[in-house]
Amino acid sequence: MALPGSDEIIDDLAFFDDWEQRYQYIIDLGKQLPGLAEIDRTPDRLVKGCQSSVWLKVDKSDGQLHFDVDSDAVIVQGLLALVLAAYQDKSPAEILAFNIDAYFAELDLERHITPTRGNGLRAIVGKIRDTATQALN
Amino acid sequence: MTFDVNALRAEFPILSRKIDGKPLVYLDSAASTQKPQAVIDAITSFYTECNANVHRGAHALSDEATRRYEKARDSVSKFVNANRREEVIWTSGTTESINLVANGLAQRLDPNDEVVVTEMEHHANLVTWQQACEKAGATLKIAKINDAGELDIESFKDQLSERTRLVAFPHVSNALGTVNPIVELTQIAKSTGAWVLVDGAQGIAHGGVDVQAIGCDFYAFSGHKLFGPTGIGVLWGRFDVLNAWPVWQTGGEMISDVEYLSATWGALPNRLEAGTPNIAGAIGLGAAIEWFLQQDITALQQHEAQLIASAMEQGEAFEGMRLVGTAKNKIGVMSFLLDNAHPGDVGFILDRQGVAIRTGDNCAQPLMKRLGIGGTARASFSIYNTLEEVDALFAALRKAKSMLG
Repeated sequence: MALPGSDEIIDDLAFFDDWEQRYQYIIDLGKQLPGLAEIDRTPDRLVKGCQSSVWLKVDKSDGQLHFDVDSDAVIVQGLLALVLAAYQDKSPAEILAFNIDAYFAELDLERHITPTRGNGLRAIVGKIRDTATQALN
Repeated sequence: MTFDVNALRAEFPILSRKIDGKPLVYLDSAASTQKPQAVIDAITSFYTECNANVHRGAHALSDEATRRYEKARDSVSKFVNANRREEVIWTSGTTESINLVANGLAQRLDPNDEVVVTEMEHHANLVTWQQACEKAGATLKIAKINDAGELDIESFKDQLSERTRLVAFPHVSNALGTVNPIVELTQIAKSTGAWVLVDGAQGIAHGGVDVQAIGCDFYAFSGHKLFGPTGIGVLWGRFDVLNAWPVWQTGGEMISDVEYLSATWGALPNRLEAGTPNIAGAIGLGAAIEWFLQQDITALQQHEAQLIASAMEQGEAFEGMRLVGTAKNKIGVMSFLLDNAHPGDVGFILDRQGVAIRTGDNCAQPLMKRLGIGGTARASFSIYNTLEEVDALFAALRKAKSMLG
């Protein structure tokens, strides 16, 4: 199933007026995200948060970066779907130009991307941006 | 005297807070308890009326600060029934208290020596002893628990030998709520001649700790889990044991005479308290204890027993809930897993409903592995929680179950 793009997600989330619908939407996105096969959940791809673990697999082709992610927590998985909606199959320059903090603020989800949140989301964003920076150099 | 939980709650300003417009249901007291106004006032009063360093000023403020600070030590001494006030050492918390003992122990251990702990330790009462044993080449032995989360007394006995130098165990398990039979365990451990340290981090806030009755050598606890401020804790130690314990941090306050190339140490408690102490913290903790002692402690204990009984009863009846830690004698803590949901997800959905719990490994990774899980959600209860809040927890859990299921 094709996941919605970032603009579509912003529209969808703006439509809901209570937290329960918003998070049900995020949970459902998380359940739709394919995740990683167990064989791909290798230690070098593990980004450890204090509450949940996240795996990130990166592939490069035609100057674009493709990401596969997985988390043991479904809300984090849903939030990762939001992150991928912004970064998936983009060039390193596009990735680095994208303002993820503004995006999460627009989604009214900035509490999830604060440096203190131990869910690994911030770490994943950092890893994606590092990968993009390395791909540029 | 009838116990009125609402009157008690009114003394804790934070409990009237709203989270996203919903009443706060604070079920994370095992991580840190909230503070009554009396504690907040004592700290404010220190800073507004007599802030100065202790034991060294030639002026009124320092005298007043010193009086309040040492009065707090008396409060602790009375609260745990110490033999004498010099047995109360200020630390930054349980972790530092245990580190103080472990640091001295490492200097006294031989390679053939053994230290015994249990499978239910949190990291503070495990990693510290690992390090002490590693430094000395000594062996750390681990007493087993059963699947309900109770210590296996036979296994505990099996770990002990004439080589055992120190035995450490928790008064109450932070992850499971198990109340250990600390008097019996101390008796068994002392029969080998070992020192005994009781980790009181989770035990102290339920009242009734009597170190003389326990018979241990050390009892460690934190102020912030006893309605006091963070950054202050206590190591209680038997006078003759503490008096012979190696000094650890050195510097001001703990010395007697200092030359350029040598120094001698002061008397207890100062010899184990280097540098300017956490004066406001000590005074705040003293106020917390005086406040606690004004309560009807038996009534508080009955109330707490009702809270955990109600939680466990509803937990057992809750479809899809696995209770982690089902000891017969438990207090304060209900750890659980809900269906196949990640505890972090459960905690998040609860938080959105104003219900604050802890999720994760509970600072006890080996224990989680022993139980075959990665972590739990943990609701913990204190004297100011209500039976209605226990019900609110389960209402919030029903919502989490339907959203995550």
